[in-house]
Amino acid sequence: MSFVFPEAMGFGEIFSLAVAAILVNNYILVQFLGCCSFFGVSKKTETAVGMGMAVIFVMALASAVSWAVWYFILKPLELEYMQTIAFILVIATLVQFVEMFMKKSMPALYQALGIFLPLITTNCAVLGAAITNIDNGYSFIGSVVYGVAAGIGYTLAIVIFASIRERLDATAKCPKCFEGFPIQLIAAALLAMSFMGFSGLHLPL
Amino acid sequence: MQNIIFAAASLSIMGFLFALLLGFASKIFAVEVDERVPLVRECLPGANCGGCGYPGCDGLAAAIVAGTAPVNGCPVGGAAAAEKIGKVMGVEAASGDKMVAHVHCSGGCNAKDKTRYEGLQDCNAAMRVAGGPKECAFGCMGLGSCVNACPFDALSLVNGVAAVNAEKCVACGKCVATCPKKLIDLVPAKSVVHVNCMNRDKGPAAMKVCEVACIGCKMCERTCKFDAIHVENNVAKIDYAKCKNCKMCAKACPKGCIEPVPTPEEKEKFAAMQKAQAEKAKQAAAAKAAEAGAAE
Repeated sequence: MSFVFPEAMGFGEIFSLAVAAILVNNYILVQFLGCCSFFGVSKKTETAVGMGMAVIFVMALASAVSWAVWYFILKPLELEYMQTIAFILVIATLVQFVEMFMKKSMPALYQALGIFLPLITTNCAVLGAAITNIDNGYSFIGSVVYGVAAGIGYTLAIVIFASIRERLDATAKCPKCFEGFPIQLIAAALLAMSFMGFSGLHLPL
Repeated sequence: MQNIIFAAASLSIMGFLFALLLGFASKIFAVEVDERVPLVRECLPGANCGGCGYPGCDGLAAAIVAGTAPVNGCPVGGAAAAEKIGKVMGVEAASGDKMVAHVHCSGGCNAKDKTRYEGLQDCNAAMRVAGGPKECAFGCMGLGSCVNACPFDALSLVNGVAAVNAEKCVACGKCVATCPKKLIDLVPAKSVVHVNCMNRDKGPAAMKVCEVACIGCKMCERTCKFDAIHVENNVAKIDYAKCKNCKMCAKACPKGCIEPVPTPEEKEKFAAMQKAQAEKAKQAAAAKAAEAGAAE
């Protein structure tokens, strides 16, 4: 039962990791993970912000706990192939926990998020963040920072998109055949293209 | 074999630990809910329209149970919901009169346009451009913001003016809050007489901008036998508590801005009746004068 922890990461490395997760490898607009809640909860900017906060919180916790589960349970027992199941277990528990916590302390946000809070459980972005941490061999602090940064990237994308959608619903004159979901998909595609501009950033990774 | 046991055991242990954690968390973060709240909530329509002034039906249900809202607080559910909630709460429901929204303007195509407005088709947006495209600064612009605001599909544009379908209207007040000209308010559903003008300009100015504007001539005020209609700020206003729906004011109005607008025949009949009454009064006065003269 011998295993190695990943090496500790320097500040510069962690910083560029965070910037990369927020802009260059934005979960929604570049990696196209977590799109269902991206379209589902982006009707109003306020609920989008709430959803973003919930995702940041869950991603940070999920990164930390799944890192611990990987290096203390799965790897020593050579159960690497159980990664997906174990991580989903972790995430589902965390979401349940966050839901209870919110119901008690932030009932308004709980009401606003509605069905989408339990849906974070199956949000591929959260599982994606947890798996990326392990695949890239980030240290514990690196993992947590990566989780937070990925959540911030998610929030950034969903808030920008929610404000675009508010304008779309209120003011845009759009052909009948594009109304509703089709024009949202087009808007999201244009937003994603604009985020491709960030891929020109050279980060010392 | 050992692999399977390891895998199953470690995951079961993890699952068990998480279950314990969640079990404790549900105790710690338990929210105490009055058992009457869900019962009251079930009696409410669930449209979450906000017509009661609370954030959605859950908000109203909580307020009713807490005693800060009356059992008939839901304007949508009306008497039926109030009665059911009253049963849950053990209170007699005082059923209020059903209210409906009413648009106090019949200008539309009768009102003159000031400009041709081609901007955003929204009343609040149009309002920012020199107070709207109509000459009349008080009237309906016919862009239908209230129609869009109505969650019950009760409003539509008829002849360039918003009109309420009283059967669909549940008096949630969304349109009242939306109209930038403040033309819509809630009136008792059983009232049929309404002044359809809010123009507070003096008579000649109002006449210039709209064919069916109230000019503040007070014909209605003089005609009303119940003291229910009065001209305030150059525009007639009905006191719904006093109005008996006799429709006399509508017939007396020279501009036809009181609903229901009479037909020409009705108008003629009314004029003849008024004439007869005036003559009768004249005769009576003459007789009185003669009597007085005789007494002397």
